[in-house]
Amino acid sequence: MTRVGLAITELHRAENDLAGELLAASDRHKADHELFHLGRDLARWSQQHVRRLAEAGRDHGLSLDPDAQDDDTVLATVRRKGAELLGRRHDPALLILDDLRRIHRIAAGVSLDWEILAQTAQALKDRALLALCQECHPGTLRQLRWANAELKENAAQIMVTG
Amino acid sequence: MPSSDRIADPWGTRTPYGPGQRWPTRVDSYLEGGVTEADVQRWARSASILHSNGDGLDIAVTDGRIVGVRGRADDRVNHGRLGPKDLFGWQATSSADRLTRPLVRRGGELVPTDWDTAMNAVAGRTRELLAERGPSSIGFYTTGQLFLEEYYTLALIGHGGIGTNHIDGNTRLCTATAAAALKESFACDGQPGSCTDVDHADVIALYGHNVAETQTVLWSRVLDRLAGPEPPAIVCVDPRPTPVAQVADVHLAPRPGTNVMLMNALLHEIVEHGWVDQDYLDTHTVGFDELAAQVADCTPEAAARVCEVPAEDLREAARILGTARRLLSTVLQGFYQSHQATAAAVSVNNVHLVRGMLGRPGCGVLQMNGQPSAQNTRECGADGDLPGFRNWANDAHVQDLADVWNVDPMQIPHHSAPTHLMKIMRYVEDGSIRFLHVSGTNPVVSLPELGRIREILAQERLFLVVQDIFLTETAQLADVVLPAATWGEKTGTFTNTDRTVHLSEKAVDPPGEARPDLDILIDYARRLDLRDKDGGPLVSWHDAEGAFEAWKACSAGRPCDYTGMSYDKLRGSGGIQWPCTAEHPDGTERLYTDGRFWSHPQYCESYGRDMVTGAPLEPDEYGSMNPHGKAIIKAAEYLPAHEQPDDDFPFVLTTGRTLYHFHTRTKTGRAPQLQQAAPDVWVEMSAADAQGRGWAEGDLLQVTTPRGRVQARLRISGIRDGVLFLPFHYGYWDTPAGHGPDGGDGRAANELTITDWDPASKQPLFKTAAARVDRIAPGDGRPSPAPTTTGSKPVTGRVPDTRGGPAGTATERFADTGGGAR
Repeated sequence: MTRVGLAITELHRAENDLAGELLAASDRHKADHELFHLGRDLARWSQQHVRRLAEAGRDHGLSLDPDAQDDDTVLATVRRKGAELLGRRHDPALLILDDLRRIHRIAAGVSLDWEILAQTAQALKDRALLALCQECHPGTLRQLRWANAELKENAAQIMVTG
Repeated sequence: MPSSDRIADPWGTRTPYGPGQRWPTRVDSYLEGGVTEADVQRWARSASILHSNGDGLDIAVTDGRIVGVRGRADDRVNHGRLGPKDLFGWQATSSADRLTRPLVRRGGELVPTDWDTAMNAVAGRTRELLAERGPSSIGFYTTGQLFLEEYYTLALIGHGGIGTNHIDGNTRLCTATAAAALKESFACDGQPGSCTDVDHADVIALYGHNVAETQTVLWSRVLDRLAGPEPPAIVCVDPRPTPVAQVADVHLAPRPGTNVMLMNALLHEIVEHGWVDQDYLDTHTVGFDELAAQVADCTPEAAARVCEVPAEDLREAARILGTARRLLSTVLQGFYQSHQATAAAVSVNNVHLVRGMLGRPGCGVLQMNGQPSAQNTRECGADGDLPGFRNWANDAHVQDLADVWNVDPMQIPHHSAPTHLMKIMRYVEDGSIRFLHVSGTNPVVSLPELGRIREILAQERLFLVVQDIFLTETAQLADVVLPAATWGEKTGTFTNTDRTVHLSEKAVDPPGEARPDLDILIDYARRLDLRDKDGGPLVSWHDAEGAFEAWKACSAGRPCDYTGMSYDKLRGSGGIQWPCTAEHPDGTERLYTDGRFWSHPQYCESYGRDMVTGAPLEPDEYGSMNPHGKAIIKAAEYLPAHEQPDDDFPFVLTTGRTLYHFHTRTKTGRAPQLQQAAPDVWVEMSAADAQGRGWAEGDLLQVTTPRGRVQARLRISGIRDGVLFLPFHYGYWDTPAGHGPDGGDGRAANELTITDWDPASKQPLFKTAAARVDRIAPGDGRPSPAPTTTGSKPVTGRVPDTRGGPAGTATERFADTGGGAR
């Protein structure tokens, strides 16, 4: 596989992970309505990115699945992670911070992957690929800022009144 | 003397006038049976407290009782007119079931006690929790119906004294999006326009704003323009055939939850046809290119599919907006309580910015308020903002506020925006808030998903204090109930939706031991022994005028500057619009004249939020986007609502306030004329939907959502197909059950609504839920209890007209000059 192919494949995987993580966190915090609804709204951006990366991949000889993680795999994730995390912690509010921290970390990785792909596209003078980066990357940055803002909004109450 | 049945004709007699002319005066009054003006011993100056129009009025007093009201001819807002709620609502204050003594819970029952016992319990529990769990365990939830002085005192106690970030008002339910939309576009709250823009506009566009029912006097002003020479064109966006829709040149009835799509199509047409003021855009705004890109593909055809409105109508509406010379736009709950609330409301601001229509007569945006003193909760910092439109994310602003209050800036929580109500409820639910003080509002009826709210507020570990004038549904769950005085029984100021400040003077004594909210708050601060950093009392005032003077100092130099006002000056005025300073002693009619905004990074109230994610912009992000303090054009993509109809729940349920009732009916349900006009909940559906099922007017239906069930009688109205409407705020205080449904189906629309809110404004969504409807029993010959004079006008069956009769008749006195009556 070419290096650009590798970059697309990696980003496709990372966006898929991010979609799954947003959906999983949404499910885990159904009682926190903002996390629940926004988690689903923002997962949709990553799902769209996955689809567009799969389309772009075809031009580079790749065969990537255009369908991102869906709710079935999420339920599996919830079962896995839920068992793992609840075994360790007793205060569910702390899980919110844990999840936001993980979403932020994954989104930061995705953002950097978009940077790599955009730089590559520029070097290769691949206009279509560059346009894809310019259209999708802002969504990732908004997901990243959202996770940061949610963490800031929740941290004090969770840490001080626990 | 001329008179009219103001239940049957809520807007009264026409006084036509033309563009640029003064709206003729018409003085409305209603005195209780047998009382004439000659019998009135005293008139006390006030303004309306049952909606946000701010109609100036005088309260008639005889033998220490309120006996009626009369509009103020010289008031800038109403020119003497009053609406049905103004004319009749005051009667509730003398109801026999007013709270007259404090109550405390003993052995599960609320029992009468004395003030000392009640206040010691309240202050004692506060102190215990402060010691055990800290200020974040304390929350305050206030209203949009108190006075400025009370909000400011509450904000000082909460933010500056106790040091909690958890303060909000019920204006969150009605006005939060108005504030958020203004902050997104102008980086500052405050209404750009003025009610007088109606006098000048050649196009008036009303977005989700059934002004005929929510602000009847403002609608009279529009009707009088429509009856005069050169009437304005009207564009109406509403899924219901409201009185506004009836007279509109174009009525767009979108599927609920699709407002952003509709607005993007209108903006697409405006941009596409070049109906833009390029000079204005270049000189006074940032962000236009982003908007143009966002709406480029949003053609009327694309929007027509999503919104289910004819593309031709969208084109015609856009043409009217795009070719207007003086455009007035108003926005209310149809946008604010619906999906993507802030993005939709911001789009209306965008129309004005791209057309350069701000700050001139007739060129106004009125991002409306639902509650009469909503503006004060916002400017005083009692609703999720800091006092004086200070920016919580700007350390210099927090330092400045700390200087005004003489406290350490660390004492004022500013690590994030003050906690919004739905989050406060969440913190009560998870047990991290253990003390909640609720003043003048009734969340057990007004919040979404009532089953959840009742469970949250009934928790044993929560200490719930309710300060109100009646034993509301919420008060019935309280640990301590504090009997408050209300409008007419206390003095204070309040500010209406177009920044007009009125003084409301005490007319009569409150009943029994009831006390003004301000006195209760000052007493609370004294019992907590709240002090400033020099050891002086934190709350240094003892009465309303003292609080007003303190507020003036806090507002100095900020957009909502009151320093040029005083109680004496307000007594001699027909209402004064802030900012009012030494340089502008008569106030300021319109903001942003000549494109001057309050949006400089160092001065602005807010850096704004991402309208989809709700994430606040960081100071440096805002600074690089808008270094020179221009207006901000913000685009947003349409997203589908979170709850969509499906096979199990095939309808979209929308809810709303209607003409004869106001906030949980605590007052309007106790005013006979208003109560008789709309005595019980009803459900509206379209003729096609009803006839397809063989249902008729008055059939008893059950409406179900995943959250609950409500029973109501069917009104077949002109509402769009596939949509149900329930009037909200019918609760349980006037049913045998008391505070909730008695076992079976409920009556309150909010049994059904979803817990979801707009990410930017945090305003709950009351207008998009998926619902099922079944018939429980055919009608028994009685029509549904819905009025015939409003958006619920019947389209089938023989339904008697809603009338008030002699008891609903008010006098109308016309001035000799001006347009005169027709």
